[in-house]
Amino acid sequence: MSALQTVSSLIYLVSAVCYVLGVHLMRSPKTARKGNGLSAVGMFLAVITIIVNVIIEKRITPTGWIVLILGLAFGIGYGVIKARKVPMTDVPQLVSLFNAVGGGAAAVIGIFDYLLKGDGASLNLAFSLPVWLDVIIGGITFSGSLIATGKLSGHVPGKPITFPGARLVNIVVVIAILASAWLMMGMETNVWYVVLALAMSLIFGLLMTLPIGGADMPVVVSLLNAFTGLAVAFAGFVINNQVLIIAGALVGASGTILTLQMAEAMNRSVANILAGGFGTGDSDSGSAAADVPVDVKETSADDIGLQLAYAHSVMIVPGYGLAAAQAQHEVAELAKLLGDAGINVNYAIHPVAGRMPGHMNVLLADVNVPYDQMKQLDDANPMFESTDVSLVIGANDVTNPLAREKGNEISGMPILDVDKSKSVVVIKRSMSTGYAGIQNPLFSADNTQMFFSDAKKGLQDIVASTKQYLDD
Amino acid sequence: MSEELFSNLAIFVLSLLVGFEVMSKIPATLQTPMMSGANAIHGVVVVGAFVIAAEANNWLFYCLAFFGAFFAAVNVAGGYTVTDRMLGMFDRKPAAKAKEDDHK
Repeated sequence: MSALQTVSSLIYLVSAVCYVLGVHLMRSPKTARKGNGLSAVGMFLAVITIIVNVIIEKRITPTGWIVLILGLAFGIGYGVIKARKVPMTDVPQLVSLFNAVGGGAAAVIGIFDYLLKGDGASLNLAFSLPVWLDVIIGGITFSGSLIATGKLSGHVPGKPITFPGARLVNIVVVIAILASAWLMMGMETNVWYVVLALAMSLIFGLLMTLPIGGADMPVVVSLLNAFTGLAVAFAGFVINNQVLIIAGALVGASGTILTLQMAEAMNRSVANILAGGFGTGDSDSGSAAADVPVDVKETSADDIGLQLAYAHSVMIVPGYGLAAAQAQHEVAELAKLLGDAGINVNYAIHPVAGRMPGHMNVLLADVNVPYDQMKQLDDANPMFESTDVSLVIGANDVTNPLAREKGNEISGMPILDVDKSKSVVVIKRSMSTGYAGIQNPLFSADNTQMFFSDAKKGLQDIVASTKQYLDD
Repeated sequence: MSEELFSNLAIFVLSLLVGFEVMSKIPATLQTPMMSGANAIHGVVVVGAFVIAAEANNWLFYCLAFFGAFFAAVNVAGGYTVTDRMLGMFDRKPAAKAKEDDHK
């Protein structure tokens, strides 16, 4: 080992330690930011090391430098601008996009090293197996994550997309993927073998993600994130670089655990999600008040304003509808208005409210909602009995009392005990069901009133009417 | 099996175990930032982009090296930036709250 190699390997080891400690620190809200910073320091060290290496080795051609610098400059520019500008409601699809390109980069490395051997070379399994795994997994995460990005941002319909004969196509694609394994590992090198592997993995990524409903996408994104970790680890085998192997395996394993936890928080199993066909994520966009059953009480913005202005304690229950309508500014304005009038206002946040687990906290923090007003499930539930008005905004399943009973889709799911408060006002676009696809008896309860409106528009009207009553 | 492959394999398996262990139960509040943070870590693939660029010597390889560098740079730069932005929102809460208390 040359001196350069020795020093480089040691620095890579330090950066690997930074990633592990970084993930460790990110488990607690107090140290999370420091953890991410530490992991970024590790990344910085690794990048500096490789830069020094390629400069000293002088193997890179002038054109190579131009290509590399242009690629990096465009990539950094695009990534940083996107990450800075993105509204907090759109973070999930951006993470998915960043994951897609990570998988793409890993696949490119595999393809490059395979082609570098030239046509007709014979490979040993220690090289060809990781190359194949790298290309296949990288390709699946690339196309799969792009579809997930599209579903989360609405460019691809959120509803499960299936077509007749999908199962047969799936089988054919899987056979082709296995054939590509045999060709790449058992035969002498040929450009078309790796093209076949790439094409089939891209198609498999599409077929895997399209049938899954938009509401399940967060779990899928997390799963694909773990996949990318593995693809990067295999890329590490291909180029014989241990920092890629360590970081990739770390993300692969921790991402898998995170995926299981997310699925659990959403009361779903990963196998169930991948089977597809469940949860549209768009169900609130159904027809408006036309299908309202007779037994719900409708109310108006004016009446809600009156109730809120004369309440002592108000609990706001934000849900997916609030995130989708980007109404977080309006809800914060209403809460501030009530708070300034001496009314006790809190937010009850279900772990899976919003578009992803924990996403609602980020959204509300973004509009300066004080941290101590955000009550998590266990703290919020005892407070409902002494709450005058619970204002449910675009939330459905997480408030459904049926979860306390046996024998339905959401049995056993932890819910917010909204129905225990003195009065409940639900702002919702229509009576359509939530993500679990079942009716919510809360909406027809005696103490519940429905206000059919888009969350943003409805809250603006309520703010106006509340102001009027508070001024009186 | 070559010594190199064996040590790489050992590192891979042990890193997987570390990954399983380090991610114990985390609060739902942190799941989205955690996913984003893990996403940034696999941006280390950018190191691989340098390695392949060093081998490139014809137009096809230059093309691949460009896309490798571009993709990896988006992943790593965007990943860390957006994670930091998300976590920054939890961070500034105590300060904002202290200010509010002053007003009361």
